Amino acid sequence: MSMTRPQGKVLAVAAVLVGIALIVPHTNSFVILLTTRALAFSILVMSVDLLLGFTGLASMGQAAYLGIGAYLTAILATRYHIGLGDDFWLVVALAMLGSAALAAFFGLLAMRASGVYFLMITLALGQCVWGLAYRWNSLTGGDNGINLSQRPRFFGIDFSHGVTFFYLVFALFAISLLLMGTLVRSPFGRSLVGIRERELRMKILGYNTWLHKYIAFVIAGAFGGLSGVLWVHTAGIVSTDDVVLTTSVDALLMVVLGGAGTLFGGVLGAGVVFFVREYLSTLVHWWQYVLGAIYVLVILYLPGGLMSIPQRLRQGRAAPRAAAAGALATASTASSPARGAG
Amino acid sequence: MGAQFWLIQIFNGISYGALLFLVGSGLSLIFGVMRIVNLAHGSYFLLGGYVALSVIWATGSWVLSIPVAAVSIAILGLAMERVFLRPLGFDPLRQVLLTVGFAFLFQQAALDIWSGNPFDIDPPDELTRSIVVGGLHLPMYRIFMIGVALAIGLTLWLVMEKTRLGAAIRATVDDAQMARGVGINTSLISTLIFGLGAFLAALGGVIGGAFLGVYPGLDFEILPLAFAVVIIGGMGSLGGAAIGALVVGLADNFGKALFPEVAYFTLYAPMALILAVRPTGLFGRE
Repeated sequence: MSMTRPQGKVLAVAAVLVGIALIVPHTNSFVILLTTRALAFSILVMSVDLLLGFTGLASMGQAAYLGIGAYLTAILATRYHIGLGDDFWLVVALAMLGSAALAAFFGLLAMRASGVYFLMITLALGQCVWGLAYRWNSLTGGDNGINLSQRPRFFGIDFSHGVTFFYLVFALFAISLLLMGTLVRSPFGRSLVGIRERELRMKILGYNTWLHKYIAFVIAGAFGGLSGVLWVHTAGIVSTDDVVLTTSVDALLMVVLGGAGTLFGGVLGAGVVFFVREYLSTLVHWWQYVLGAIYVLVILYLPGGLMSIPQRLRQGRAAPRAAAAGALATASTASSPARGAG
Repeated sequence: MGAQFWLIQIFNGISYGALLFLVGSGLSLIFGVMRIVNLAHGSYFLLGGYVALSVIWATGSWVLSIPVAAVSIAILGLAMERVFLRPLGFDPLRQVLLTVGFAFLFQQAALDIWSGNPFDIDPPDELTRSIVVGGLHLPMYRIFMIGVALAIGLTLWLVMEKTRLGAAIRATVDDAQMARGVGINTSLISTLIFGLGAFLAALGGVIGGAFLGVYPGLDFEILPLAFAVVIIGGMGSLGGAAIGALVVGLADNFGKALFPEVAYFTLYAPMALILAVRPTGLFGRE
């Protein structure tokens, strides 16, 4: 963090975003759809980083919040025809409130645990939502899911077109990045990092660390809901695949791949994973080896994720191990239960 | 719904619990010793089933397939722990994430080697019959599953409670640092336990193959159930894993029979509640 000037980082991220917004619409419809999916999912990934990278909480159940947003959107649209016109924004608000409310409830339970136990309890809570989605056929369509036959149309714009919908997702993604970026740089965000580094110290300094973590959990849930709204409109379907354990694991791994505690790293991670999974898979059948190998190699040799590469290059051979103390390493030591005891 | 219904459901729940004990006990011991959640544990279960299928196709022997599958997956587990998890040292989160990376690699390998078709492992004819006890038709195979779990559980219990190695393992579960201090080779114990966990999961995969089938995706379906066993039972506790497996087996069975619409919810909601009230599980040691 201290090695790079924040202004430089922000400029680099802004440049990448402008690049995406300018180039992607001129590519083919496949790339546009792929990018749209990656951006919609990235909002969930950033919310996971808010917890893992900045607060030191490894959540393995964030797909639940994406699921609430996605199922709410699909059910309102197919049953009540709500959310396909100007009331799209109403659905966005409802989805974010709904998943924030679920996170507020789940958070009460999850915040009682820390470290690996937090990971397990969020996994169990995520499985509760999956179990309901899977079995409650009359509401969720069970295994078949719910098909969403049309995308919204408002302000006189029809978002059923790939490019216009891309712009919508891009705009909401950029706003989410901006909001979460502002949040982690705010005094509240700095306290979260303090909690990640050493919770006891923050407690002694008089911070209500429980409340800080709880609020972060609820905010992450709300962004998960937003991600779900866009996700279901991108795919045109929501099914149990979207709330299954592997979706939560995916989001967590994308954060680690890009670099925990960087916010934008998760977006890079999502980009790499979506590229391998949806583009490389059309070319070669062994794409999953590539993905697995990328995960294993990054976790073993690049604990700071892809975002730590520039810093590593700058440091050169002088201190090759220094970068190993990246955000992930600090996040994991903060979240390891035995560290406090040992 | 007479007494017959309840007795059959209880029997089915117990036999399913027997299978879950095989998967859950290894996961629990690994957690107890290394403080990591092995997310590749479901993969060991699935790969065990696949290896057994290959053995059966090659030799026609179901009896032979059980030890071959269990031992080869145990070697896989040993290698994974030694070569990849060990160098990370004490860093639970990175180790957990690494196991997911491996779960994905194993998934692809299984697809490549055994295709995406679902298979069943056919046990010998003697085990496919059913016996009648008090008017109830009980399938032999489910009785066999219970027998295997009992035998394994008893063996593990004897080793853990009555041998020096068992004492060293229990010491490592309680306090790894202190155990190292008194001269216990905790690194070796971690490796052994990892191999044992893989062995038990693969054994479960072979035995469960006749019952659940062997198909892509089974790995991540069995994993959360194994977690439920571990969490209810308490991490690192063998007796807890047995009780956890029974509870999950019965809850899953009755949930599906009585409240089909919320079946999984009735399983995972108590699991979350237990974790919230007692993060170390019902029978876990503090």
